[in-house]
Amino acid sequence: MATLTLNNVKKSFGKTDVIHGISINVADGEFIVIVGPSGCGKSTLLRMVAGLETTTSGDIQIDGRRVNDQEPMDRDIAMVFQNYALYPHMSVFDNMAYGLKIARTPRAEIEERVAHAAKLLQLETYLQRKPRELSGGQRQRVAMGRAIVRKPSVFLFDEPLSNLDAKLRVQMRLEIKALQRELGVTALYVTHDQVEAMTMADRMVVMNGGIADQIGEPLEVYANPATEFVAGFIGSPPTNFLSAEILGQSGDAKIGVRPEHTRLSDSGSLKARAAYSEALGAETLVHLKCADGTQFTVRQDAASMIPQEGTEVGLDWDPANEMRFDSSGRRC
Amino acid sequence: MAEQNGMVERRGAGLWLVHLGLIVGIAFIFFPIWLAFVASTVEQQDIVRPPMPLLPGDQFFSNYARALTSGVNAPVSTMLLNSMIMAVGISLGKIAISLLSAFAIVYFRFPARRLFFWLIFLTLMLPVEVRIVPTYEVIANFGMLNSYQGLILPLIASATATFLFRQFFMTVPDELAEAARVDGAGPMRFFFDILLPMSRTNIAALFVILFIYGWNQYLWPLLITTDPEMNTIVMGIKQMFPSGDDTADWPVIMATSILAMVPPVLVVVGMQRLFIRGLVDSEK
Ligand SMILES: Nc1ncnc2c1ncn2[C@@H]1O[C@H](COP(=O)(O)OP(=O)(O)O)[C@@H](O)[C@H]1O
Ligand SMILES: [Mg+2]
Repeated sequence: MATLTLNNVKKSFGKTDVIHGISINVADGEFIVIVGPSGCGKSTLLRMVAGLETTTSGDIQIDGRRVNDQEPMDRDIAMVFQNYALYPHMSVFDNMAYGLKIARTPRAEIEERVAHAAKLLQLETYLQRKPRELSGGQRQRVAMGRAIVRKPSVFLFDEPLSNLDAKLRVQMRLEIKALQRELGVTALYVTHDQVEAMTMADRMVVMNGGIADQIGEPLEVYANPATEFVAGFIGSPPTNFLSAEILGQSGDAKIGVRPEHTRLSDSGSLKARAAYSEALGAETLVHLKCADGTQFTVRQDAASMIPQEGTEVGLDWDPANEMRFDSSGRRC
Repeated sequence: MAEQNGMVERRGAGLWLVHLGLIVGIAFIFFPIWLAFVASTVEQQDIVRPPMPLLPGDQFFSNYARALTSGVNAPVSTMLLNSMIMAVGISLGKIAISLLSAFAIVYFRFPARRLFFWLIFLTLMLPVEVRIVPTYEVIANFGMLNSYQGLILPLIASATATFLFRQFFMTVPDELAEAARVDGAGPMRFFFDILLPMSRTNIAALFVILFIYGWNQYLWPLLITTDPEMNTIVMGIKQMFPSGDDTADWPVIMATSILAMVPPVLVVVGMQRLFIRGLVDSEK
């Protein structure tokens, strides 16, 4: 259990700058999700905290200690990798116990800790199996177990659920979150999936091209995106963006409106042509095209009227839900 | 229905033909070995007087005992032991050295890493026969003629095995090395605890190949062992042929040939089990 502080952390691979200076204070026991599109530097940032990549400049502190120059195992962290990285020739027990064996933990304590972790993760009956004899979800649990038995100060997760099927992913994300709460360990969790970020995070860091565009609680980020990128990335389906011009306003600002805040109404000032719709059961997504070619999506209750393809409809929303962004993408 | 039967019949006939071909082929290859075995169980006169016998005689025990205990120049048991030490020494040495050099090349970043890799690769073009004169000079100067070191050391590095392990190590996910690092394993610990156990099927396969390579060495032992006590069996057979007007002791020579075949066959058969088991419950 510990705090984690990043202070203007930067990373370059040779001449390419990948992380452009990120600062965050993570409180003890907090669950931080780093979310962003592929290639934005999430893994690199996490690996810097783990000590698997060197830090080009800036400070990383765990519980007040500067750890920049420490080996991963001295940093008191545990990491769960995307493809689990289980040792294929070792049993589940040995996989979990390996780190403890190296640290010369007494045998009795190793057995106790592994048994405890196995119980938490419902792996008790699998301890003698090899990783290849387990399902994807079970392997995922073993990787978690390996992290838990070390009793680290900080958990690091790099897209741990992306190799699981959709249903298991939903279940595992609840389990991981519950486990982290129960153990009270500070966690840094990397994902490209904004749903995971929204549901798991105490606070999230939305990354865009090596920069933290916004750091905040999920609902706060959803309600008040700091940049056009965040507004487009967080929320599904993504926010609609319209130029000021088409709304009859001056300036080169962009206006964002979320699909769930929009209504189809004949009184709406903005007219658009219905292109196609996706019925999802509880709701229907209606995709439309404005006069200037801009795509626009509206979320409709299943019960409400769905316009025929090609018909022109009006769009309407509460001005309070409008988000304005200047030409550099900042909120204004 | 009828058509299907026809097809099955045709395939059945094909199968028989294939088997017949294989059996003829095996008989063809096996016949000389059979003749050698027959020759090792009869008396000298039976061999030199035509026609050659095609069925084993009653001298099996006396011929083999004579070969093992006295032989022609040196007892075959001594030569078998020498060959065994040389073959095992070469294969274990080659495996250990190439595992370590492949480990260095794949997992460590040091200056001129690529250069070293290509240097190792280049030595593929320099088999023993090509560098035999300078190698002899070196070994002679070290006083290693007629010694096991002299038999083993010049053959102990293997570019092929290094290359093979390098290819295998490159298929091991980086995350495994990183997980081990997070677990606190240093490089050598990672090597012994994780890389080595994961390579065991490759090691078994390579051991078979290298053992046979070491066992069949002919030119090098011929060059550096002048003392019959240090002869290896493959070159020893050649030494058994008389140089002048002496008559060759064919039953003993043939018994020696058969004996020379036994250890490689045992290694292949024994390791094949391990090899196949390794393949069946292979990792990933
Ligand atoms: N070892 C490396 N050398 C050079 N560039 C790298 C290296 N690792 C990552 N990068 C680059 O850094 C950027 C961020 O990568 P990464 O952190 O893996 O992104 P993410 O995890 O968000 O998908 C990518 O453009 C990638 O090409
Ligand atoms: Mg990544």
